[in-house]
Amino acid sequence: MTATQEPILTAADLAGHGVHGDDPDAQGKFGIFGGRYVPEALIPALDEVAAEYDRARNDPAFLREFDHLLRTYAGRPTTLTEVPRFAEQAGGARIILKREDLTHTGAHKINNVLGQALLTKRLGKTRVIAETGAGQHGVATATAAALMGLECVIYMGAVDCERQALNVARMKLLGATVVPVTNGSQTLKDAINEAFRDWVTNVDRTHYLFGTIAGPHPFPEIVRDFARIIGVEARRQMLELTGALPDAVCAAVGGGSNAIGIFHAFIEDSGLVALHGYEAGGRGLETGEHALTLTAGSVGVLHGSRTYVLQDEEGQTIESHSISAGLDYPGVGPEHAWLKDSGRAVYHGVTDAEAMEAFALLARTEGIIPAIESSHALAGALKLGRELGPEATILVNLSGRGDKDMGTAMKYFDL
Amino acid sequence: MTTLQTVFAKAKADDRAALVGYLPAGFPTKDGAIAAATAMVEAGCDVIEIGLPYSDPLMDGPTIQDAVHRALSNGTRIADVLRTVEGVAKTGAATLVMTYWNPIDRYGAERFARDLASAGGVGTITPDLTPEEAGPWREASAAAGIDTVFLVAPSSTDERIKAVVECCTGFVYAASLMGVTGARESVSSSAQGLVERTRAHTDLPVCVGLGVGNGRQAAEVAAYADGVIVGSAFIRRLLDAADEASGLAAVRELGAELAAGVRG
Repeated sequence: MTATQEPILTAADLAGHGVHGDDPDAQGKFGIFGGRYVPEALIPALDEVAAEYDRARNDPAFLREFDHLLRTYAGRPTTLTEVPRFAEQAGGARIILKREDLTHTGAHKINNVLGQALLTKRLGKTRVIAETGAGQHGVATATAAALMGLECVIYMGAVDCERQALNVARMKLLGATVVPVTNGSQTLKDAINEAFRDWVTNVDRTHYLFGTIAGPHPFPEIVRDFARIIGVEARRQMLELTGALPDAVCAAVGGGSNAIGIFHAFIEDSGLVALHGYEAGGRGLETGEHALTLTAGSVGVLHGSRTYVLQDEEGQTIESHSISAGLDYPGVGPEHAWLKDSGRAVYHGVTDAEAMEAFALLARTEGIIPAIESSHALAGALKLGRELGPEATILVNLSGRGDKDMGTAMKYFDL
Repeated sequence: MTTLQTVFAKAKADDRAALVGYLPAGFPTKDGAIAAATAMVEAGCDVIEIGLPYSDPLMDGPTIQDAVHRALSNGTRIADVLRTVEGVAKTGAATLVMTYWNPIDRYGAERFARDLASAGGVGTITPDLTPEEAGPWREASAAAGIDTVFLVAPSSTDERIKAVVECCTGFVYAASLMGVTGARESVSSSAQGLVERTRAHTDLPVCVGLGVGNGRQAAEVAAYADGVIVGSAFIRRLLDAADEASGLAAVRELGAELAAGVRG
């Protein structure tokens, strides 16, 4: 990088300029969604993070340092790849992938983690904690902690530790302590509960490096802003490659960070670019074993935020199911809830079987093994392409690579 | 029905702190919870908080998580919580519900306030409801004539304390330390300072919870607070008991020790 190079993500990008005023209001609300439903003990820490983030995003030195890490460490900008052989199964529509799988650590999570690790240092804190589902956010956090000399503790559901054993080993190798969480459903939601318990106990020296756009304000805003680079790059690259904006942008939605990361740069292109989010349909809506939070959930409060939640009629969280650990979450970021209710984005379900079919298809036709999470977006693009026809151009966020999913794939395909 | 105002006025007249005990509804069983809370009252608890078991108790330590998990596993629902409140209120103790916000949100704020008041409940403690989000609940509670208790913490700035106590009626819950629920070796030294800072902004009674588990600690806290809150230590007695009768005996024993503690 040269000293004069403009950062990919500029102060203007982080200042926000979208259709709904972009930034949440002073209470952290996107419409009726978001806010803070947390113990009072955590309010000062959340205020501190919000204030420091506000200083950082207006500080050219911070933006330069973040940009330098993104270019020289994460491997940005990531390329676009057109996948014509895969697209033959999508009614002949053009399908173009945004290759977040090519970033360091193999998923989009690195973008947010590098930003928040820099923020941690600005906060004067020496320890980071994080939750992880698939292990990608845990690996990314452990990576950034190693890079910046921070102590790192990762909370991971015991069930997820088992199905993502490779990522557990990676985190340990990177010097992190991995704590298997054995209460509740032993997946991502319980890991988040446990991370909050750690944070309230050790908040004086610890930053909770939240991994998705859920949780109390200001996490939905900060994580989104650091993930925005995906869409900012992709929008420019699409114009360069095709001379036009895509007709649709597809992304997988668990908590929703990769989806908001790519959607956000296109929100203002209302009427031109459709935004499609794909949730984990698991074994199917009718079986009750799914993670269809936006599609089949109801409005409630989970993990400090008002949003759509899988819950029963008395507000007890219903355990989600997905073959992909990264989408196995009964909540979703409040900004997606807002985009759903405003109609700007549309959300659908993709079953385990559909996702695994797209997973195998991309591998065989294009030589790219996607994460099972991202395969939900690929499966969605296949369906969407058939609906839209051969004239359509579809941009898909390939949010991560599938190396971590080989255990699941071996079992599923009997390899 | 005994109100919180009556309880604290009486305790003050006796020159002692009030004793507040916590137990989740449905633990160890639906009827067992009523029996155990009744034993707590008979042993000297002035106020009982009935916990509403919730799937994601993110400010609770392992002991309460364990109890809540058992309560949910045995099918405890909001109707059971209300029935528990009714049973405990009959003993003459002021009875509140302690709950995370989402179950009330889902049940409906006005409906919950009304049903709790009908069951003889005198109020709620809502640990994850902050002043910014508390408006609808305060209105519903005022309409139903029940109190709203919120929490202050050692990390709270004076400005936050002021905002929280303005939302409180009945009493203010001062979390003694930065952490989750659970008995500890000693009560955090930050508790007394927090009580003093809170008193600068309110005339309401200030009760201290988190980490209090024996008579000595109760006496220590009673020296500067209006009430002493004990939860996990009671639950621990029930978890460790071989059978229901010995569990109730252990709860009575602890209750008596704490009741002596709050009397100095």
